[in-house]
Amino acid sequence: MGLVQNTIKWLLGRDMPDDVAHIEQERQRRIEQMLIPTWEEGEKGPRMLLNMGPQHPSTHGVLRLFLELDGETVVRVEPDIGYLHTGIEKTFEHKKYEQGVTLTPRLDYLSNMFNTWCFCMAVEKLLEIEIPPRAEYARVILGELQRIASHLVWLGTHALDIGALSVFLYCFREREMILDIFEMVSGARMMASYFRPGGLAWDLPNGFEEAVTNFIELFPERVDNYERLLTDNPIWKERTQGVGVIDTETALSLSVTGPILRATGLAWDLRKTMPYSVYPEFEFDVPVGSRGDVYDRYRVRVQEMRESVRIVRQALEKLPGGPFRVDNHKVAPPPKEEIYLSMEALIHHFKLWTEGMRVPAGEAYAWVESPRGEMGFYVVSDGSARPYRVHMRAPSFANLQAMPHMAEGSLVADLIAIIASLDPVLGEIDR
Amino acid sequence: MADTPAESTTQADSPAMRVRETFPEAVEAVHHRLGEATVVLKADALPEVARWLREEQHFELCVDVTAVDFWPQEPRFHVVYHLLSVSRRQRLRLKVPVGGKRPTVPSVTAVWPGANFYEREVFDMFGITFEGHPNLKRILMPEDWEGHPLRKDFPLGYEPVQFTHNVDEIERKKPYAKQ
Repeated sequence: MGLVQNTIKWLLGRDMPDDVAHIEQERQRRIEQMLIPTWEEGEKGPRMLLNMGPQHPSTHGVLRLFLELDGETVVRVEPDIGYLHTGIEKTFEHKKYEQGVTLTPRLDYLSNMFNTWCFCMAVEKLLEIEIPPRAEYARVILGELQRIASHLVWLGTHALDIGALSVFLYCFREREMILDIFEMVSGARMMASYFRPGGLAWDLPNGFEEAVTNFIELFPERVDNYERLLTDNPIWKERTQGVGVIDTETALSLSVTGPILRATGLAWDLRKTMPYSVYPEFEFDVPVGSRGDVYDRYRVRVQEMRESVRIVRQALEKLPGGPFRVDNHKVAPPPKEEIYLSMEALIHHFKLWTEGMRVPAGEAYAWVESPRGEMGFYVVSDGSARPYRVHMRAPSFANLQAMPHMAEGSLVADLIAIIASLDPVLGEIDR
Repeated sequence: MADTPAESTTQADSPAMRVRETFPEAVEAVHHRLGEATVVLKADALPEVARWLREEQHFELCVDVTAVDFWPQEPRFHVVYHLLSVSRRQRLRLKVPVGGKRPTVPSVTAVWPGANFYEREVFDMFGITFEGHPNLKRILMPEDWEGHPLRKDFPLGYEPVQFTHNVDEIERKKPYAKQ
């Protein structure tokens, strides 16, 4: 006897009439599919089906989890996503390639540079163009700063979820410096859209190098401070060590990439293993863990911030002058001065901003190592100015699949640590 | 369209060529374009090829599963699999053409459990059924949504937003919504 049937019997003094029996059937179906929370009798007393999120602050956005609990132990977890679905892939098909650039930062809003970078790489692959070295170096510098900014949000909120408030304040203080650099470069703190197919939107501004130098001089010391607060902190260790363990083989079979995969001990970093852009020119290490638990993911990401500083320092030293976008005016607009003097430049300018760039028919998959793992863009072109199909391979989407494996059998409190260590961004999960 | 033949150079050492050698009757075409290897496969051979790719060719990671709608052409859909071999540092793309009437593809979740969410997404967005999937239901759209948004015949924009309370009203105003 279900709850509804009991209530109706109590109200009417008789069994449920046949014409409302479908309500109970529908309710049972929803319980089976974990669509609504309810109570059920289990073997060890009542088992609770509990709804966590989508407004819960520790779910980092609008992640909704269905938990089946036996006491405080998590028996089953099922993520329910889609609350932030905005149909970006559909919108892409109706926008020109230049307009598509402004959609990309909205995916993973904490590492927007990587999304735009990846989309530009896919379009450049279809166009078969090489972008000038200054643009490549600028992309690497801004990308690595973005990685630090993204990891700072992760570290701050992770510590906050477990109860260490002050780390959050320190992390956001440093992140603000990076966002200031982004604002200086692109005019926007988060939705930069600064990379364009063929190079950059405009040249790096005056004072950019000083601002970045200031930051990388200051930052390693600040990382030491975070580590002093957390790395040997017994409470932090107690809450993170041995929690949410996953091994390399399971991680690979569940399509997990990024720091979570590296924390299991596999040094798989696309910047090293399948290099793109100018990464082969830099010296840096790929930090790996050994146990694959929440603590190892913490260690890996903190080390990655240090490695990013190393890459930024080298890239800043080598930052070449010269053009910041390709000289191909079918792809990138001609300089404004030329428009006043040259007929061809004026025509190209006009054609480019009215019709858009035409990308040869074909398909391309480009990838970057984003702070969360492999970010991929699959672009199919039919030769027109609008992409026929754009699909994003979002790292958080795949990484989320590993969560039930990590969380089942653990405590509810550990689940909070596990979600934080996955570092999901719902913008790219739901797209 | 994406299938217009371009330069299709054969690369002897590519995993795509090995697929063709091992499964000659299952492979419809092999391309190498823009440095990417693509194998066009028949749908019914997919589980066998997938298992062989994972176990013999070390494609441990199913990076991505998606689909492309070529409506009104036939076969209407291409289901696209991006695979990655971590130990050999190779990538491979599998494409499976499916017809528009009752599109069905065998699921690869038994080979790569990571394909689970991706196949649900393709089911949600394109209405392609994956046979043998353990939990095939909508993932991004609401459970009671009608239609598959990423199909090319699904309208975009200038449409009232569909909620549970106004479905009837939308359908009354828009006779083509069900097509």
